Amino acid sequence: MYAFLARRLLATIPVLAIVAVLVFLMLRLTPGDPAAILAGDAANTEQIAQIRAGLGLDRPVPVQFMIWLGNMLSGDLGESFYYKMKVTALIGQRIEPTLSLAALTIAIAVLTAVPLGVLAAWRFGGWFDRALMGFAVMGFSVPVFVLAYILIWIVSLKLGWLPVQGYRRIADGFGPWLQHLILPSITLSVIYIALIARVTRASVLETLGEDYIRTARAKGLREARVLVRHALANAAVPIATIIGIGIALLIGGVVVTESVYAIPGLGRLTVDAVLARDFPTIQGVILLFSLFYVLINLLVDLSYVILDPRIRY
Amino acid sequence: MSAVLEVRDLAIALPAGSDRSHAVSRVSFTVTSGEIVCLVGESGSGKSVIAQGIMGLLPKGLPVTAGTILLEGENITHAPPERLRALRAARMSMVFQEPMTALNPVMTCGEQIEEVLREHAALGPAERRAKILAILREVSLPDPERIVAAYPHQLSGGQRQRIMIAMALVLEPALLIADEPTTALDVTTQAQILRLIADLQSRHGTGVLFITHDFGVVAEIAHRVAVLRLGELVELGTKQDVLTRPQHAYTRMLIGSVPSLRPRTRQADANAPVVLSTHGLGKTYRDRSWFGKRRDVRAADDVTLEIRRGQTLGIVGESGSGKSTVARCVVRLIDPTEGDIRLSGQDIARLGAAALRPLRRKVQIVFQDPYRSLNPRRTVEEAVIEGPLNYGVPRREALERARRLMELVRMDPAVLARYPHQFSGGQRQRICIARALAMEPELLIADEAVSALDVSVQAQVLELLEEIRERLSLAMLFITHDLRVAAQICDQVAVMSQGRVVEYGPAASVFGAPRHEYTRALFDAAPGRGFEFAAA
Amino acid sequence: METPDARQYEALSVESAAVVRRESAWQRVKRNWSVRIGGAVLVVLLLVALIAPFLGTVDPTLFDAASRDLLPGQAGEITTLEGETVKHSFLMGSDSFGRDIYSRVVYGTRVSLIVGVATALLALAFGIVLGLSAGYLRWLDGILMRVMDGIMAIPAILIAISLVAMWKGSLLTVVIAIAIPEIPRVTRLVRSLVLTIREEPYVEAALSLGTPTWKIMFSHILPNTVAPLVVQGTYICAAGILTEAILSFLGVGLPPDIPTWGNVMAEGRAQFNEYPHNIFFPGIFLAATVLAVNILGDGLRDTLDPKMAKRV
Repeated sequence: MYAFLARRLLATIPVLAIVAVLVFLMLRLTPGDPAAILAGDAANTEQIAQIRAGLGLDRPVPVQFMIWLGNMLSGDLGESFYYKMKVTALIGQRIEPTLSLAALTIAIAVLTAVPLGVLAAWRFGGWFDRALMGFAVMGFSVPVFVLAYILIWIVSLKLGWLPVQGYRRIADGFGPWLQHLILPSITLSVIYIALIARVTRASVLETLGEDYIRTARAKGLREARVLVRHALANAAVPIATIIGIGIALLIGGVVVTESVYAIPGLGRLTVDAVLARDFPTIQGVILLFSLFYVLINLLVDLSYVILDPRIRY
Repeated sequence: MSAVLEVRDLAIALPAGSDRSHAVSRVSFTVTSGEIVCLVGESGSGKSVIAQGIMGLLPKGLPVTAGTILLEGENITHAPPERLRALRAARMSMVFQEPMTALNPVMTCGEQIEEVLREHAALGPAERRAKILAILREVSLPDPERIVAAYPHQLSGGQRQRIMIAMALVLEPALLIADEPTTALDVTTQAQILRLIADLQSRHGTGVLFITHDFGVVAEIAHRVAVLRLGELVELGTKQDVLTRPQHAYTRMLIGSVPSLRPRTRQADANAPVVLSTHGLGKTYRDRSWFGKRRDVRAADDVTLEIRRGQTLGIVGESGSGKSTVARCVVRLIDPTEGDIRLSGQDIARLGAAALRPLRRKVQIVFQDPYRSLNPRRTVEEAVIEGPLNYGVPRREALERARRLMELVRMDPAVLARYPHQFSGGQRQRICIARALAMEPELLIADEAVSALDVSVQAQVLELLEEIRERLSLAMLFITHDLRVAAQICDQVAVMSQGRVVEYGPAASVFGAPRHEYTRALFDAAPGRGFEFAAA
Repeated sequence: METPDARQYEALSVESAAVVRRESAWQRVKRNWSVRIGGAVLVVLLLVALIAPFLGTVDPTLFDAASRDLLPGQAGEITTLEGETVKHSFLMGSDSFGRDIYSRVVYGTRVSLIVGVATALLALAFGIVLGLSAGYLRWLDGILMRVMDGIMAIPAILIAISLVAMWKGSLLTVVIAIAIPEIPRVTRLVRSLVLTIREEPYVEAALSLGTPTWKIMFSHILPNTVAPLVVQGTYICAAGILTEAILSFLGVGLPPDIPTWGNVMAEGRAQFNEYPHNIFFPGIFLAATVLAVNILGDGLRDTLDPKMAKRV
């Protein structure tokens, strides 16, 4: 088990390395001189050259990459052009709302989608199944921000039940925190529910066709036990996989949702940074999100060992 | 002796639009306690549907439309689901064909048996455990303590089937339905499982409904036999009567199609030119991962064989013996790691793709699965002429050849315009044979080519292969796990086990006086070996 | 043994699967309701896009300070490029510059459809080439698939946002930026299809018939990948339309004067509380379009490629 853990950790290194190269190249392919942007409009050529030397931009590209990589590895993500502070500190300020939003969304999504998917598979072709699949297609199709505005309009503006926008830190109390977060989380979870419910249904449907389900029924077991202990338990691996893959989708959703609900998190930071062409911040956020994605998928891989005894590494 | 199961005039409908209106109709038979009744039939005969009907596990599209099913005198034909659920495992149990897939892979064997006890018996944990260990001992599983905690994938096929049987019998039901329980097993394991089922049912007086397509198995285990054809019962009688004095034409045809275990005695020309020979052929799979341990699997090891023109060499062995590996090496679908393969004297074991191309024509192969051997998106014609076109034969000539070949494999040349899905398994195998013959090969390899076919179709395809070999003076390499088929068609036989050839010689001497211990065990296990079937 | 009887029996014991008559794929597709509904909506949208100038619209870039913030159905006036002021009924109201939202939404259909189809085609083209290469060239497989893993580890929207931000928004850059993160998924799909189909006995048979590799690839493997790729293409199309709208909405997509649904909604953000229709009208069009493409995709999946449901 520890050997597997070590091997799996090592295997993430090439992926992370490629992410690093891609991000580096992406930002170096930028038309325009970062030094000029950094220096501002009033700077003269000399100042720009100075800044360029300071950034190491006058050296060959591979050397620049090594310097850049060294900085990244030592935890130095550089300084934001726009906020004039360390990117790591900036991220530290903004990470709590994003983590809260993501965690609440995942919790809502998994807790509703998995039971719904199992029920739909059990009643395959029935009204519930068709209704859920109809909802799933809608969930994929309605853009997050349109849904957000519809919900704000109904729940906050017309009914006045919840605040329209903003965020309260969890340190300021659990109640206000939840009040501000519940609508964004529901908004964001819709697409995630659609995705997980669909995959749960498909995988449970597949396992329901397996021989061991026939065996379980031939043993005279109750239908609930057949569904949970035999069908769902065997469908767990694809469900875990889609939860992991969906994290990328979730991050995309966070960017939009935070903008609509004015939540001061990393998603909002990304958009602001892009609008301000604040490259160190953009790169820091992308690296962080990618690392997060890779880590989640590592956890998902580890969960396979628990979910399916046939998988041994 | 009371009737455990009584089926009267049973009819089960098929969904609208099927090829016939009923899966089974007017089927009547009984199973008394302590008796094994074999339900025999080819694919599509409805034998598994009957089993599902009895258990109350029919899918929605297949309703019981007429007749009654009595279990120990109780009419369960339209019993409510709760009642049926209570009867399952307690009074009637079922064992399935594929023991790997019939057990839940994410539960331990112990949990799966315990589930039955929790559901149907009011026992404490200690009692349950005692009962589980007792039944595991009864099905002769070694080290029950360990098996209880084991997952199905950690056991062998035979062991898994024993778990299934233990699970089915733990509550001592009156009726056991066994649906092809040994079909997926190797012949030696099959013999053990058959013996186990016979032992347990005689000890407990269980009535057994045994479903099979294999007359060898019938001869081995049945007391009485019921023969099904397209959902109708055509013959019912004692084993002796049905197998040696069949009354119905269909039964006679089926039993006549069962190949004999007695090898044929054709005089093979010992001086015919050698078409293919292998010397010390070996294939080792290296499982290399970045950090894991390196594992070598020797799939074939030191295989030395020889096939002469106009003759058939059979390679016989159980699954994993390496017989297919040899075939695939000879066709160079995989690259051998040791030894050489001489085709008309030239070594092709290590030829590169370009050098190999002109030689590929000479060796052709027919695979096991008739459904995957033809590209679903290409017509029969395109499949048959593909090879000749590759070697520069003009299209018109290739088409002409395709038409002649369809006649040779006894199919109407008009079918060339059709797509593969319009044909049955046997017909597809004929098309595959035509495709192979279009290359005018010197060596034809049949890799389990008749194993997926029903026995009557199998007999026809075997006959066709024999006729073609004779007419075209082909050399043939015939890979099979079925000793009867091998006896029927081979001049020479090589028996393989764990990648090695353990016995090799003329069919008559290998079958008549096997020298190697493994060969003897294999032949001993062949079901129905001592039984004299009625001649066709 | 070859009796007339036995002949008859083989004909009778034909496996039931072979007897069930199979319709051609196209017939099945045509009879599927999801395909019909999704297809019909898309045909209507395509017509709207084509005949946009004749649907009672004005040039979507026109604005008139006198007609700012009109409610749906209100009449107002608008100044043409020639400086003429004409009366105009604002079917969906106007925005804070006095532009006609109805015209902007109708013209926005063009952008969305072009972006969706172009992204799908671009991602499929690259994905097929890369997937075939990875499936057939073993030396390339490892490194190529690691790069694809790397791209997939970066959330798609971040790639798209950053690329557009660096290149400046134009139709071409937006399409490329949206297509790039979709390429790894297509590549993986094609590669796995190639690896599976390669193992099929009919491909091995072709190999032993002396069929050259390139011919096996084109006549045996590629035709069997068409169905899953068509289905995948529709999903990419839907995702492309959504992503473009998100980019415009966040202000990092096409320039704000170009009529796209995302741009109309972005413009309406600030006054959402008073004038929610500025967001709802384009939102409905956007959702309906994506829904139609997704429904079409589901219909195609069910009819062309039933196994796909498992892969997702």
